[in-house]
Amino acid sequence: MHTARLLKMMAVGGAAALVLAACGGGSDSGSGDSGGVPDVPTYQGPVGDGEGALNILAWPGYAENGSTDPSANWVGPFEEATGCKVNVKTFGTSDEAVKLMQGGGWDVVSASGDASLRLIYGGNVQPINMDLVPNYADIFPDLKMKSHNSVNGVAYGVPHGRGANLLVWNKEKVGETVDSWSVMFEPDSPAAGGVGPYDSPIYIADAAVYLMATQPELGIKDPYAIDQTQFDAAINLLKQQEPLVSEYWSDYLKQIDAVNAGTMTAATSWQVIVNGFDPATVGSVKAKEGATGWSDTWMIAKDTPNLNCAYKWLDWIASPEVNQQATAWFGEAPSNVKACDIDPEQCATYHANEPAYWENVYYWNTPTEVCLDGRTDVKCVPYSEWSKAWSELRS
Amino acid sequence: MATTTASPPKGGFGYRHPRARLAALLAAPMAWLVVVYLGSLAALFLTAFWTVDGFTGALVRTFTLENFVDVFTTPAYLQTMLRTLGIAISVTLLCLLIGVPVAFFMARVARPRWQPLLVALILTPLWASYLVKVYAWRAMLSPEQGVLAWFLAPLGLDSPGFGELSIIVTLTYLWLPYMILPVYAGFTRVPNSMLDASADLGAKGWRTFRSVIVPIIFPTMVAGSIFTFSLSLGDYITAQIVGGKVIMLGNVVQQNYVTNLPFAAAFATIPVIIVLLYLAAVRRTGALDNL
Repeated sequence: MHTARLLKMMAVGGAAALVLAACGGGSDSGSGDSGGVPDVPTYQGPVGDGEGALNILAWPGYAENGSTDPSANWVGPFEEATGCKVNVKTFGTSDEAVKLMQGGGWDVVSASGDASLRLIYGGNVQPINMDLVPNYADIFPDLKMKSHNSVNGVAYGVPHGRGANLLVWNKEKVGETVDSWSVMFEPDSPAAGGVGPYDSPIYIADAAVYLMATQPELGIKDPYAIDQTQFDAAINLLKQQEPLVSEYWSDYLKQIDAVNAGTMTAATSWQVIVNGFDPATVGSVKAKEGATGWSDTWMIAKDTPNLNCAYKWLDWIASPEVNQQATAWFGEAPSNVKACDIDPEQCATYHANEPAYWENVYYWNTPTEVCLDGRTDVKCVPYSEWSKAWSELRS
Repeated sequence: MATTTASPPKGGFGYRHPRARLAALLAAPMAWLVVVYLGSLAALFLTAFWTVDGFTGALVRTFTLENFVDVFTTPAYLQTMLRTLGIAISVTLLCLLIGVPVAFFMARVARPRWQPLLVALILTPLWASYLVKVYAWRAMLSPEQGVLAWFLAPLGLDSPGFGELSIIVTLTYLWLPYMILPVYAGFTRVPNSMLDASADLGAKGWRTFRSVIVPIIFPTMVAGSIFTFSLSLGDYITAQIVGGKVIMLGNVVQQNYVTNLPFAAAFATIPVIIVLLYLAAVRRTGALDNL
């Protein structure tokens, strides 16, 4: 009868852990104080010969070497041109990317707006000297120096691609034309029981965008800079939405399945998913209230031993040809103006050239206690609270 | 070997030093158990008392009980705990309900030469990928277009859709072999002489089953229930795929482990505690002694 002894050993282990925890108190109270940006020096150049290796952390589809599809290969030519042997790891969520960068060992990362600020304030990435990235000159001006890729006028990365989160709906069950998120939020919606929100804390911003239009008295200017009152209103809206929901999705294959099966009748979606639906049965639109979206940024780790290779990669991925190839493969708008000369059709599909289209697209950003919209009289709700509230809402 | 020349004719170093022999035998498994298993559990408990930087999500190593307070005072989390417990218990009961008759048939009714084939058939689903099986159930249970909906349509019924019920059905399917196999082994161990004695004493089938067979196979039912219960308690992928908007304990851990590792760790201790309580309860029945 060894169970008793095993239990005893486990109890001892637990007690030891308690003691360790008590002793560990007081050390290292965290590096990322939301007040200031860690002072990380900018590389002055010049970019010399490559170090022979580069470790890339990327969204799936952002750094392809031909192993997924032989036609999608812009890592191989990079290795040939620079001699930097590339090692790619992909991640599934922004949170995962942040965790991996904090662990170290990666030279560059493609960070979405909801990860980039955390990396900057956490001292995990370094400012970029744009003189060393010639192709930066051709990046769309409305993507440069945004609140998610720069701090105090200092750029921390090169924009990669962008997209808006779209509203899709089942034409047969919800109606021929729909132009408002109301079908996903209002109790009398024809899509009740078939609503499909995105399963991530960042979806709270979608509720905030809807509130910007429907409850202007709340005074929301930026869906990622909301104070407690505004935050509570957004959470209440999401609670009102909950009975209408059929499924929350984060796996896009699950969404494709549910929309095609007709069980998900109104949902948030991405352009790349929409391209696979039959336009006769499934409608898609950027709703009139505006939408959340993403704009990704290539950043360089603070202590990278492969700085030359990292700069070479940033310039490589921002070049018109590679930027076009990579964003087309993923299904989003390219960030390089000249990419549109190569494939005008892609730029039309993803609205790359239409500044007006992006005006009410709010790129994913990391909510911080210091309000991102510049308000100083209130504290905003930080991302950790968003995450907690979402987890509670879903429980 | 140099030592053998000087040693007595019988046995070597290990023979003369039984403790050394035991140490050599157990070194690898003990290292595995202590370092990997208990070590990770200790790390889990340790992390549960830390907190994170609200902005960057980096670990802050200061002692706090806040995570546990959050876990046990938030109604939504308590509800998830109870729901998960309910699902795990339902799955276990369903597995017993289906598994025991199947195991009985395999061991006592089917012809002996069919038995290996039946065991192989029960094992077959275990060779298929877990994900494939869950996605298959998604297709089965899908409302309106699913296989189940198609079968039920003539009766004017629809599939239950995605929710608690579909999670229970899917988990029952997944873990059923873990119930059938130990119970089957238990049935094969029931001596025929006891059944004969029971019959000689005038007991009919049902009475024999209740008074002779069940006490003998009870420990194996408990063993099976430990598998089905603890596997259900920790599962989160099934809930993600066929659960609709219903989530389980594991999903809360999964949602939090990247943004708030200490909270996830505090939450992850709950299933550990529940399983320990379950094992303690099982031990009181004495079922573990007979395994």
